Amino acid sequence: MSEVRFTDQHEWVRLDGDVATIGITKYAADQLGDVVYVELPPQGKKVGAGGEAAVVESVKAASEVYAPMSGEVTEANAALSDDPAKVNADPQGDGWFFKLKIADRNEFAKLMSDAQYAEFVKGL
Amino acid sequence: MMNNQGRPSVAGAAETSELATISGDRGLDHEEALIFELGRQGMTGVDIPEVQVAEEYLGGLRRKGPVGLPGLSEPEVVRHYVRLSRMNYAIDAGLYPLGSCTMKHNPRLNEKMARLPGFGDLHPLQPQQTVQGALALISDLMKWLTTLTGMPAVAMSPKAGAHGELCGLLTIRAALQARGEARPRILVPSSAHGTNPATAALAGFTVDEVPAKDDGHVDADALKAKLGPDVAAIMLTNPNTCGLFERRVKEIADEVHRVGAYFYCDGANFNAIAGRVRPGDLGIDAMHINLHKTFSTPHGGGGPGAGPVVLSAALAPYAPLPLLIHDGGSFRLVEHADEAPTGTKPSGRLCAFHGQMGMFVRALAYMLSHGADGVRQASEDAVLSANYILASLKDVMSAPFEGPCMHEALFDDSFLEGTGVTTLDFAKAMIDEGYHPMTMYFPLVVHGAMLIEPTESESKESLDRFIHVLREMALEAKSGKTERFEGAPRFAPRHRLDETAAARKPVLRWKPKDDVKQAAE
Amino acid sequence: MRYLPLTPADRAKMLAKIGADSIDALFRDVPKEAVVGREVFELPDHQGELAVERVLSKMAAKNVAAGSVPFFCGAGAYRHHVPAAVDHLIQRSEFLTSYTPYQPEIAQGTLQYLYEFQTQVALLMGMEVANASLYDGSTATAEAVLMAQRITKRPKAILSGGLHPHYAETTATLVELGGQVVYAPRMPGKTEDLIALIDNETACVVVQSPDMFGLVRDLKPIAEAAHAKGALLIAVVTEVVSLGLIESPGAMGADIVAAEGQSIGNGLNFGGPYVGLFATREKFLRQMPGRLAGETVDAAGKRGYVLTLSTREQHIRREKATSNICTNSGLCCLAFTIHLSLLGEEGFARLARANHVRASTLATRLAKIKGVTLVTPSFFNEFTLKLSRPAGIVVDDLAEKGIIAGVPASRLLPHETGVRDLLIVAATETATDEDCEAYAKGLAEVLS
Repeated sequence: MSEVRFTDQHEWVRLDGDVATIGITKYAADQLGDVVYVELPPQGKKVGAGGEAAVVESVKAASEVYAPMSGEVTEANAALSDDPAKVNADPQGDGWFFKLKIADRNEFAKLMSDAQYAEFVKGL
Repeated sequence: MMNNQGRPSVAGAAETSELATISGDRGLDHEEALIFELGRQGMTGVDIPEVQVAEEYLGGLRRKGPVGLPGLSEPEVVRHYVRLSRMNYAIDAGLYPLGSCTMKHNPRLNEKMARLPGFGDLHPLQPQQTVQGALALISDLMKWLTTLTGMPAVAMSPKAGAHGELCGLLTIRAALQARGEARPRILVPSSAHGTNPATAALAGFTVDEVPAKDDGHVDADALKAKLGPDVAAIMLTNPNTCGLFERRVKEIADEVHRVGAYFYCDGANFNAIAGRVRPGDLGIDAMHINLHKTFSTPHGGGGPGAGPVVLSAALAPYAPLPLLIHDGGSFRLVEHADEAPTGTKPSGRLCAFHGQMGMFVRALAYMLSHGADGVRQASEDAVLSANYILASLKDVMSAPFEGPCMHEALFDDSFLEGTGVTTLDFAKAMIDEGYHPMTMYFPLVVHGAMLIEPTESESKESLDRFIHVLREMALEAKSGKTERFEGAPRFAPRHRLDETAAARKPVLRWKPKDDVKQAAE
Repeated sequence: MRYLPLTPADRAKMLAKIGADSIDALFRDVPKEAVVGREVFELPDHQGELAVERVLSKMAAKNVAAGSVPFFCGAGAYRHHVPAAVDHLIQRSEFLTSYTPYQPEIAQGTLQYLYEFQTQVALLMGMEVANASLYDGSTATAEAVLMAQRITKRPKAILSGGLHPHYAETTATLVELGGQVVYAPRMPGKTEDLIALIDNETACVVVQSPDMFGLVRDLKPIAEAAHAKGALLIAVVTEVVSLGLIESPGAMGADIVAAEGQSIGNGLNFGGPYVGLFATREKFLRQMPGRLAGETVDAAGKRGYVLTLSTREQHIRREKATSNICTNSGLCCLAFTIHLSLLGEEGFARLARANHVRASTLATRLAKIKGVTLVTPSFFNEFTLKLSRPAGIVVDDLAEKGIIAGVPASRLLPHETGVRDLLIVAATETATDEDCEAYAKGLAEVLS
């Protein structure tokens, strides 16, 4: 059963075995406004936890998206280049950004649970 | 009611209905197609005689196909651009309250002077003995700039403010190199204009952000704590982007110098203090001056600008090429490092030729017209007008800082809380009222910022009208009468434009029909 | 004072509203020692228009205006005739005194002409997309190199020996901060072997055509060689009128074009303000610096224009911006686009032909003079002569005879011994038969 966890930079991670799927949360997508462009990492790129992995742009803002866990990029969501609006429409589903083959499973437990993230957002 | 000739003699339904016109235009408001959609083959707006070209000197590289430019006669071209012009707001048409832009009146004398053939029709590389008057003009302007700022030297070649920032940082880098030091860090306030960190990064430094305090001033203690032997410089705007004079500027300057760093000042807001305060007395090392702000050279829809940089004695030797020297009774441009006077070690050239001469003529005409007394009076009036607006509106709008302010007044969007009206909606409704909106969402240190800079060019009547309109708008928003804010602007040549679509699928040029067809296939 | 509308009565009323006794009270945050009186500034008081006109006209009269004598300077700035309508239109209030079009609903005039300008530049260069201008050709060249470094992730830029020295110096100032500049040998009138210098560290090769000596260069083989090694070709054009007769950089395989647009719509103005043109391939769009005007629709469904892709720029991306540029060349772009609209396809082609014919006639004539050799076998409207005396001295001697004979190469390259006798001569449509006659006569005299 794949679990979803969250970072304080408003990324979500869903772990299925060795593969982590990563995107930005609804909160982040709402803050950004209409997403116009996403710059995704190339396949094979190695990222450390907290390292810059992608960039998401709206009309008036650009934000870095950080890798919640270390690993190697296996796939990026090519559909976003044609239709970046998916990020706003379904940020935690169709609007996923990239997948990682993770290096250290223990990093996942350090992230926030659904409930913890909800608390965190309330405090902002 | 109709008189017996059938013409209505009182205002009837026709005068207030939204009657569609046949042409699609409305009165003096004309729609205008693209020049490519208007042009025709074979037509031209100039009469240039035809000549036959021999191939011998073309190296076999003669152009094979047409460029694809549209052809129009002169009357059609003039009409096209006149119609386009009528879709623009302008200082000449109304108050332009853009904070940090200094939208003051652009004197037409300046345009006339810049167009004198003795200035406008000079080539930058014609023999120097044939341009002594031009070099003298640049020298005079340099004297005004250094005297007004109390600084010993000025670099004239930067083409705009951001270019001036680059110039300043590169001279700082050169000065450090001359000391055998390489310091990677530059401190920039979070309230800074985006060009500051962008320039610092371009010049090869890492940017370290300094927070602002709740009173709108830079956190001087935090700044001092961040200083160290790896800091090359701080970049401070003074007066700052919240419209306030940084009280602790001298203390900051002393501390910066104590650790061997330099003080770069962003001079965008010089209009508040010109003629009354000399930045040199505050301890700065370099400051760019936006001639297109403080010294009235026209904004021209986005440019051209000019950003000369005044320099302290510590940085003056490292000013970029070219240098202007007065030597044996004549002026001379020094364009190569080995010809530089002893004691100078010029840093690299920033652009071709010698600077924005067209803007220098305009700026000098402004200075000669105003005189030091007029420059001082202009600064006073600019500050007075901004404070008048602040005092007149702070009871209905929300000013995060009590005041007094300098030449610009800052409001935030707390007065709109709960109304459903955002800073953006408020600004767009101003358009319907006949005003260009103020600077929005800048500086970033307050929420929903509205930065208003009236300048000294507005009469009291003009200010009072502006205040009245904003006042009424604020009161309406707060009382729940939000109709005029929804879907604004309604009366401009265009309604709100879809910027999201423009960014998602950028269309950045017109394409000829067969191009479009090929792309679709 | 004629530019200041507030009266003393106004000021008093305003101070009363503010609740301050004097203007000094509003400056209370300024440290007392830093507030100075008028007398501190050794500068004159205000003057009326007549007085200012007198001062500035006297200064202007001390200069030799290009149009008042036979005139043959080029080397990066070219004297062309600008139709009267251009200057008249750019002085319309709504163009002259408007700001950057950040509020598009009331700036469609500016946005539409920028969109048209971008299209014209792309068409001229034979490229897919162009921006709304940079400061000038030299800074555009530097920006092009930085862009190529970002795209290829490589540090090295190879600069052709034919690149205008000011452009090379400007580029080096920026590029040497984090990358590497390699200078190919300067070979006046010849094409140096750039291809041999390209390697796997090369981000770009920068080639100017027509080059600083006037030579028209074939960019195709250089483009192919660069692409074969994964590098980009940056083409530089300092005389855009050449594009009316010579093949475009895009057609020859350029990836980025950096050019100076001054020749069209903008006078010489002693070196500025000018207008930097910048064009590239669609695939590199997001790495392009500068403003961009894009098409869209408004809430009523009408076509309109906005500044777009702003997230590349300094006011959003801050230290991660593609460039630090804020101001573009606004009014100079407008002058360019209006002039080009007046010229149209036919007028532009005729203008280019007139320039080439004028220059080639003059070159042929001058090459017959004893002590003169034509160095550039191919050119557009600018060529280089090798003289039997140092070119700098010849220019000064001819200046005394009232002829501005061109730019001695030594002005741009004071250290290269091989160029002391080289004179760079430009002849545009503004040079008359009489001017050319006077030049030929004067040059013969000065060399005899």
